[in-house]
Amino acid sequence: MEWLLALVIGVLTATGVYLTLRMRTFPVVMGLTLLAYGVNVFLFAMGRLTIGYPAVIDPAAQAYSDPLPQALVLTAIVIAFGMTAFLIVLALKARGELGNDHVDGLDLGKDELPLEKNNLEKEQQQRSKSIPQENKQ
Amino acid sequence: MHLAAWPVFLPLIAGFITLFAKAKGLLWQRVINLLTVLGLIILSIVLIKESSAGSIHVYLLGNWVAPFGIVLVLDQLSALMVAVTSLLALAALAYAMATDTDAEGAHFHVMFLILLFGLNGAFLTGDLFNLFVFFEVLLLASYGLLLHGGGSLRAKAGLHYVIINMFGATLFLFAVGTLYGIVGTLNIADMAAKVAVLPEQDLGIIAAAGLLLLVVFGMKAALFPLYLWMPIAYSNASAPVAAMFAIMTKVGLYAIVRVHGTVFGDGAGELANFYIPWLLGMGMLTMMLAAFAVMATKRLREQVAYLVLASVALLLISVGLANHLALSASFYYLIHSTLVAGGLFLLADIISRGRGSFDDRLESGNAMPSAILIGVMFMFGIVAITGIPPLSGFFGKVLILSASLDHQWSGLVLGVVLVASFLMIITMARTGSTLFYNVLPITEKNVKSTNHELANSDSINVSSSSISSRISTIAVISLFAMSPLLVLFAQPITAFTESAAKQQFNSKNYIESVLSKRAIESEKN
Repeated sequence: MEWLLALVIGVLTATGVYLTLRMRTFPVVMGLTLLAYGVNVFLFAMGRLTIGYPAVIDPAAQAYSDPLPQALVLTAIVIAFGMTAFLIVLALKARGELGNDHVDGLDLGKDELPLEKNNLEKEQQQRSKSIPQENKQ
Repeated sequence: MHLAAWPVFLPLIAGFITLFAKAKGLLWQRVINLLTVLGLIILSIVLIKESSAGSIHVYLLGNWVAPFGIVLVLDQLSALMVAVTSLLALAALAYAMATDTDAEGAHFHVMFLILLFGLNGAFLTGDLFNLFVFFEVLLLASYGLLLHGGGSLRAKAGLHYVIINMFGATLFLFAVGTLYGIVGTLNIADMAAKVAVLPEQDLGIIAAAGLLLLVVFGMKAALFPLYLWMPIAYSNASAPVAAMFAIMTKVGLYAIVRVHGTVFGDGAGELANFYIPWLLGMGMLTMMLAAFAVMATKRLREQVAYLVLASVALLLISVGLANHLALSASFYYLIHSTLVAGGLFLLADIISRGRGSFDDRLESGNAMPSAILIGVMFMFGIVAITGIPPLSGFFGKVLILSASLDHQWSGLVLGVVLVASFLMIITMARTGSTLFYNVLPITEKNVKSTNHELANSDSINVSSSSISSRISTIAVISLFAMSPLLVLFAQPITAFTESAAKQQFNSKNYIESVLSKRAIESEKN
């Protein structure tokens, strides 16, 4: 079981880091959410994996599971949830104010070319479109 | 004695009241906020008096004994930080009210008070996870304050700031989780006691967690290479908010001193001071890059942000020297740099208002109204922050450099600090002459356009403009006045910072005071 949990934490974190490095705000939000999931599972595992033991004192119990990580995870979930909600609103606001969803507010084309290059190509395309039309006329 | 709890809960309670006072109008919110900040100043004087005897006050929240419950710990360093914060807050608040910045959006005062709650909590807590929570509180308030007033540049800067800090929060949790998984405690004092007797196979993972924690705090303190968010966020915030942010980088520095200094201090056995070379090296790199950036920027606000970065870098270097004289000098420099940098952010706003459409771009523009007064203030602030005698910047730098002489890297430290300061002095002299001397010649067209702009900007409140500009000038002057006061009263202040530094280095005393605090028995009689 431990290897499965370790794998889950690793995959969540790796995916989270990858998505956080993307240039659109939506993947970044997703990435931060996945990172928060990863760290929550990690915190949970830091109390060691126990099955079937009580967290609160019980005279009949042979051992206990650590209650503290559960409290920490609860706090971390609440904070991450609030922050994500805030970030989504902020990303929408930035989308509205800047006119696009790039994290730097740049308006990049679908093929993700740098700004000036892309504009040049657009202009060229427009020209090449307009020239045959003139020819037809 | 609830002394240690007051600075945390006073702004929180006042924040809630302010939220409900919104229905009564802005004036009520202003009055409550102002009273709270004044109360915090009085409180911090009491705190400094209480702590200066050298005893450590421990407050058990909910009467739970450490290490099981969360504790608030009041020592000299915490008292000092709370005092600096509330002084800065008063000036920033006065400026915000004078310029009506607080009327630009909803809930400025609520977020301001919650920011104070987060800051004071971070300065007073003795628990690592609680530190995380207070970090998040102050960050969330700062997000709101940064975006206060709106605008596309702020939205962009805010997006970067929020994303990097959320990432930092995740790293913080990873580091805290690792430390808890190995050591089994979250109380800083208890953790220090347990790290000192760590079995050998756990050293590596604890060192890794400690360095991860350094990355998190370095991100807050704008340590190279994690400082790139900082000038953008600071230069795009509204002036009083930027002034309050001058203390935010110091929170990261404080956390390094508190957590790393206590847990990985001299008593930590194998891991004693293992993080120090990183701090010193990265601090020097940050300082050099900050000086270059000061030379390269084309806007005054960004320049001030980079000056703040340089001052934080100097603080990191001086903490990285790891002796108690250097630490004492860094506390002295911290008071100076926070207050003066806050004043400079406010002054930059006054200047860019006065220049009309030229804003804070560093190019010759029209002469601004009352240029002589503003120019004198600007020169004063620059003399203070770049460290030219006779003001406190020079004093602080002398203290730090003389504490570095015994260090094995002393040549390098001296070189970096002096060269960087020299570059900043030259650049700021150039900035000053651009702003105040190389103004455009007075032609009719210029005069007309200036008058037109002024008329536009002041048309809303012509009658109150002179009072408001006077109050905002007073806010800046009172922050700058701390600089000569720091020099005049250098003896008692350095005596205090030295004993604070000694107290910080004596982590055994800290551990004992926290862990030996008994719960209050319920009174039956």
